[in-house]
Amino acid sequence: MSFLRIKNLCLTFGDWTLDVSIELAAGRCLGIIGPSGAGKSTLLSLIAGFETPYSGDIFIDAHPINDLEPSHRPLTFMFQENNLFNHLTLYENIALGCHPGLKLSQIDRRQIEIALSATELSSIAARKPSDVSGGERQRAALARCLCQKQPLLLLDEPFTSLDPRLRSQMHQLVNALRKQHGLTVLVVSHMPHEVAHIADELLFMQDGKIKEHGNPDQLLENPTHPQLINYLEFTSSR
Amino acid sequence: MRVLSGIWSGIAVVVFLLIVIGGSITLTAMTSTSVSLSSALADPYLIGVIRFTIGQAVLSTVISVSLALIVTRALARRSKFPGRGLLISLMGLPVVMPVIVAIFGITAVFGKSGLLNQLLSLFGVEQSFTVYGLTGILLAHTFFNLPLTIRLLLPAWESIPRENWRLASMLGMSSRQLFRLLEWPSISDRLPGICLIVFLLCFTSFAVVLTLGGGPSATTIEVAIYQALRYDFELSQAALLALLQLSLCTVAALGLLKWFRVFAATSGRKVDARDRPDIHSTTGKAIDVFCIGICAIFLLLPIAMIFYSGIRGPIYKVISDPILWLASARSLIIAILATVISMLLAMGLIKSVRFLREKTKQQKGAELALTIGSMTVAIPPMVIGTGFFLIALRTHTLTHATLIMIALVNAVMVLPYLLRSISPPYIQAGEQYYKLCRHLGLSGLQRFRLIDWPIIRKPTAFAVGLGGALSFGDMGVAALFDTDGQVTLPVMLYHQLGAYQFNEASVTAVFLLLLCVSFFWAINQIIGR
Repeated sequence: MSFLRIKNLCLTFGDWTLDVSIELAAGRCLGIIGPSGAGKSTLLSLIAGFETPYSGDIFIDAHPINDLEPSHRPLTFMFQENNLFNHLTLYENIALGCHPGLKLSQIDRRQIEIALSATELSSIAARKPSDVSGGERQRAALARCLCQKQPLLLLDEPFTSLDPRLRSQMHQLVNALRKQHGLTVLVVSHMPHEVAHIADELLFMQDGKIKEHGNPDQLLENPTHPQLINYLEFTSSR
Repeated sequence: MRVLSGIWSGIAVVVFLLIVIGGSITLTAMTSTSVSLSSALADPYLIGVIRFTIGQAVLSTVISVSLALIVTRALARRSKFPGRGLLISLMGLPVVMPVIVAIFGITAVFGKSGLLNQLLSLFGVEQSFTVYGLTGILLAHTFFNLPLTIRLLLPAWESIPRENWRLASMLGMSSRQLFRLLEWPSISDRLPGICLIVFLLCFTSFAVVLTLGGGPSATTIEVAIYQALRYDFELSQAALLALLQLSLCTVAALGLLKWFRVFAATSGRKVDARDRPDIHSTTGKAIDVFCIGICAIFLLLPIAMIFYSGIRGPIYKVISDPILWLASARSLIIAILATVISMLLAMGLIKSVRFLREKTKQQKGAELALTIGSMTVAIPPMVIGTGFFLIALRTHTLTHATLIMIALVNAVMVLPYLLRSISPPYIQAGEQYYKLCRHLGLSGLQRFRLIDWPIIRKPTAFAVGLGGALSFGDMGVAALFDTDGQVTLPVMLYHQLGAYQFNEASVTAVFLLLLCVSFFWAINQIIGR
């Protein structure tokens, strides 16, 4: 039984069309790779409800979500940047995941403490985003996602701006939290070999279409699609 | 020595400003010594004037900024509707429009025989609304400052990243929560500076109070200076008032110095409300349509009335009058002189500021130079005008040097507009291309022509056009120097209104407005393209 089911989802911008169908089981991590303009981020925006599809359906846990507002969809999202409000402390930013008006109950506070502890941010929770490192900012965003307690986590290249060591740490953290909380994860990345470390499945997109979908080792070691071969050659040469 | 050669132009500008401003203040101070400060401050008339000046400025600021907040939020929430771009562009018109012309339009709508009273009389309410006194002053100040504030506030919404809106959507924030957590932090950063600008504009407002004040009970310090010089010929009283005005403005500006920043008004076209979660509610839509609609009517109706009255007026009689053309020529000379002088001042200052930032990394020195140039907005034109008027009297050059003096005061007054338009792109271009220019050996005039000018061309055209139009329509200092044979076009319109020649005034108002807009347009075409 698929937890996330995307059926013939279409969106058109001028002469560019996105047309995808995906099925993903609960608790799995799907890595989405592809060149710029492939439609990776657009796909996540459609799932999150930031864009409206021309046609097609999205189901989460067998429930259609097409008509739901972004806040009513059972998912949470991490962007590449601007995941936090700069005038709020890390604690307040994380707390927004519990209550958008920051009216916190005792249970919420406990939940925030757990999220802070899981992301090792307890000691700097009172700081503002401008006073912490890029990695700490992204960990805070991840902590907020945990507080939202949604089963589906969408990551749109959130670790691209971090250095390789921090990126690896963040991937490990995502993986650990995914297993601990039973999250289903979709992660968009420009770094196929890095994302392969946490993904159970890998999906290659180009020109708004899925070109290959399968096991990460199989896709990266023995790619069959010429565009994927080109893409992998290009990314490994960078 | 190398540093000195890079900042000589800036030093020259600062010295020039100190001589012009400092000189006129010193002369004014010397003239005022015959009046005792303590006895002057005990004068009930003077206390009343000070109280009214501050009171009307505070009220005008509160009304303009409060209304602007409501309308700007509505405009930010409705980022796409037919005519939005045109409406925001038209909001720039009151900024360019000569004050005396706008007053004519406001009177045509809210005056004794205006549209509003005609409408009220249809419901049996006879002449309940008067445009003279505090009501008229507040109305006119709101007419000028509401669109200005909207244009200065809109970028606050532009600065909120798209991801933040999406995050708010995902978190299910209500409209109130959006305002508290996203919009207010962005607005509050700009608001004190905007309030200060509006307050100073209202505090030093002259033509509005002179024409709509309606008597001694509604007189500001600016108008009191004018009356002391022109009606009573009390030079020492005028000088004392000018110093008082300067002191109050300086206190206000210094008190809010940390918020005194360079703001750029934008078209607001970059605002994208697509990702806002609160744009779909019917009540919200109705409120936004109501706010934008009322604001549009309030701003556009007086402008429409100016044209309507002008078209119905004695067009041939007015435009065949040689006095009109002579007055126009004088206004044009003032506008050209003022823009040339202010452009030279601005470029001299900005060039040094960039040099300090690029070569010596002296951010504070650079900031200070820009602040000195921008602070002239806190110096009332009437203060410098009074100094110049006293010089002209002592040197018997009141008739001969009038145009140059008016142009000089206007040049100093429009300098902040030029600085805030040109300096950000010029400095940014410097920071962005400094190493590349050095690497390619581009410097001096060659660098300016190939790299800087294409970048600053459009903002320069806009600022110069705006400065020119403001100088063209200036009625403050021009009224002070109002002597026979030296009347400018705005002063001529003021005379017509004062003599109840409303039909002639309606044509002159349209003529003046068209000339101002044409000047602004021509400059943008010549420089901006």
